[in-house]
Amino acid sequence: MRTPPVQERSGPIAWLRQNLFYSWISTLTTIVLLVVLAKFSAFVFQWGVVNAIWSVPTGPQGPNSDACKAVQGSGACWAVITDKYRFMLFGMYPFEEQWRALIVVLLFIGLYVVSGMKRFWRPALAGVWTLALVAIGLLMWGGVFGLQFVPQTQWGGLALTLILATVGVAVAFPLAILVALGRRSKLPFIRWICVAYVEMIRGVPLITLLFMASVMFPLLMPEGVNLDKLLRAQVAIILFFGAYLAEVIRGGLQALPKGQYEAAHALGLSYWSTNRKIILPQALQLVIPPLVNNFIGFFKDTSLVLVIGLYDLLAASRAAIGEPAWQGFAVETYIFVGFIYFAFCFAMSKYSQKLEVHLNQHRKR
Amino acid sequence: MRRVVWQVLAALIVIGVFSWLIGNAQANLGARNVASGFGFLQREAGLPIAEHLIPYTPADSYLRALVVGMLNTLWVAFWGIVLATILGTVIGVARLSKNWLLAKLMSAYVEFFRDLPLLLQLFLWYALLQGLPPVRQAIHPIAGVYLSNRGLSFPVLDWQTAHSWTLLAFILGLIATVISAKRATRKSLDDGRQRATWPTAVLLMAVMPATVVITLGAPFALDMPSPQSFNIRGGVTVSPEFFALLFGLVIYNAAFIAEIVRSGIQSVSHGQIEASRALGLKSSNTLKWIVFPQALRVIVPPLTSQYLNLAKQSSLAVAIGYQDIVSIATTAMNQNGQAVELVAIIMGVYLTISLSISALMNHYNARIALVER
Repeated sequence: MRTPPVQERSGPIAWLRQNLFYSWISTLTTIVLLVVLAKFSAFVFQWGVVNAIWSVPTGPQGPNSDACKAVQGSGACWAVITDKYRFMLFGMYPFEEQWRALIVVLLFIGLYVVSGMKRFWRPALAGVWTLALVAIGLLMWGGVFGLQFVPQTQWGGLALTLILATVGVAVAFPLAILVALGRRSKLPFIRWICVAYVEMIRGVPLITLLFMASVMFPLLMPEGVNLDKLLRAQVAIILFFGAYLAEVIRGGLQALPKGQYEAAHALGLSYWSTNRKIILPQALQLVIPPLVNNFIGFFKDTSLVLVIGLYDLLAASRAAIGEPAWQGFAVETYIFVGFIYFAFCFAMSKYSQKLEVHLNQHRKR
Repeated sequence: MRRVVWQVLAALIVIGVFSWLIGNAQANLGARNVASGFGFLQREAGLPIAEHLIPYTPADSYLRALVVGMLNTLWVAFWGIVLATILGTVIGVARLSKNWLLAKLMSAYVEFFRDLPLLLQLFLWYALLQGLPPVRQAIHPIAGVYLSNRGLSFPVLDWQTAHSWTLLAFILGLIATVISAKRATRKSLDDGRQRATWPTAVLLMAVMPATVVITLGAPFALDMPSPQSFNIRGGVTVSPEFFALLFGLVIYNAAFIAEIVRSGIQSVSHGQIEASRALGLKSSNTLKWIVFPQALRVIVPPLTSQYLNLAKQSSLAVAIGYQDIVSIATTAMNQNGQAVELVAIIMGVYLTISLSISALMNHYNARIALVER
């Protein structure tokens, strides 16, 4: 007797059968999901494209949003974005000087891209960072080379979000390395301080650290010293990032076999050169993926500075919809802002996944 | 010798910095004429709190106001943890579905909600809730449920003593069922014969409470909400602030929990599942005895940190106007200027919550952890 021919196992039909309609319950799920998806997409298309208003006339009293109010509920009002996007991106930075803030944003993005490429991972990168941060500071403040001086109180929008996140990570990183080493130190007092710092900060929400920075720092400083609100928030953010990064780095330190320490000891290396030349390079390499994941969280967390009245990306957008003409168009604004946050975080998250595969290559057989 | 030098140096720096900060604080507080100490807790707060789980009026003391805030924090954190765990588990399992469309949609959910700041999501949900119609034109999908810009209203049972007895009977039944199920499992593992547990479960958890209901004659009456001109009377109304906060916390954290659950399930090696099939275990028993116990060991530690995050994230309540401990303490701070004491109280409350969650979860973790030789 002949065996029956083997069934076709490739091609689109076979794929559909295997992945979408392999049992009656799967078929039901697929159909329900397709219907929901179709309805949702149709609604979004109708609301966001077909019925949407893209721009409104501007009169002497500012923009006239009557056209938007007429379609509210059935159509999106993207005019709020076209009218206010510069405020959302740069906050109260002087209008004519916003090109400087734009260059700062581009510099930051360039910095991220360069730091993400493995072939640039060498000591010179630290120099590039220092130079770029100096340039960013010069551009933001101005006051030299004929640039108009802009005080910190006028910084805002995306530029501020990137400053808070990047400076936060850049300063918290070395701090975190010291704390992580301190937590594993043989000196009890130093270990005790580091444990206390990490556990205290991780036990409380970032929002309370920000409140503390905004109400308690002025109390803790000597008479007459008045730290800027932005600087206070930045300090709180650095302390917060530092505690979380220290735990990630500690994980990397713990993962190193004891033999590495013993070998360094046998070579007669001191504590600091052991760590600098042997331990840290390996430990940091091990924890790059969780580090990137933490950076994503930090980037999102900077939005909390809104509660102490700093005009970062999210806060500036909220201020924009506080205007009488744009009240009630919050959803459109949040979608726009969400898109910006998503672009940054999604890029980082995809990068982290790629890196994980790449870094684990040598372990594959 | 070097050890001592380093430590003394560190100690001197720490003590120096702290005494400098405390000295400054004392000088500043003296200059501003703010009383220090916790005496203010007994004074009248005078701040209105819309949502309170215990009786509260603005004439009550600061202490009571702070307790109300703490209970509000615990309330939203508790429901957040419960609901996010359920939703997250469902999504995590669905991500592993053989159905391509379902798996892809669920990973899109995870990617999308993980990469947006929680604060932004809270604002978005709150804005959408505020866009709902007023009470008069409330959305009324099924009888007794009203969705308006005042929040979500739904009917509750008109509670009476007989209901409490029924509930007690059900809880006792539940405990007895768990004990008997455990005993049955142990016996099955001893002699290899499987026993059905459902008859005992039905008897204890359904028949027993039902008997209580019938003998006591518990009336079944619902307290239905009814929309008045500006407000809704009767039933239970969940405020838009609470609803937006809870919804945001659940949607956001479920995305993270889904990833934790997925990685836990995937960590169970395929050989284990094949081995249990080879032993002739039913697939439900494979899940119960082979996959879940091993997956839980991977799931519980990161899940603990996620619960801690959720509890801390509930502090974002202050941004959308739900009065949790942070919100009430900052209002009090603006009223009486006692920032140091109030910040200390907030930190104390969160540290206690964090430590309690950690302790509970570590206890659980110790029970399920791998027992090594």
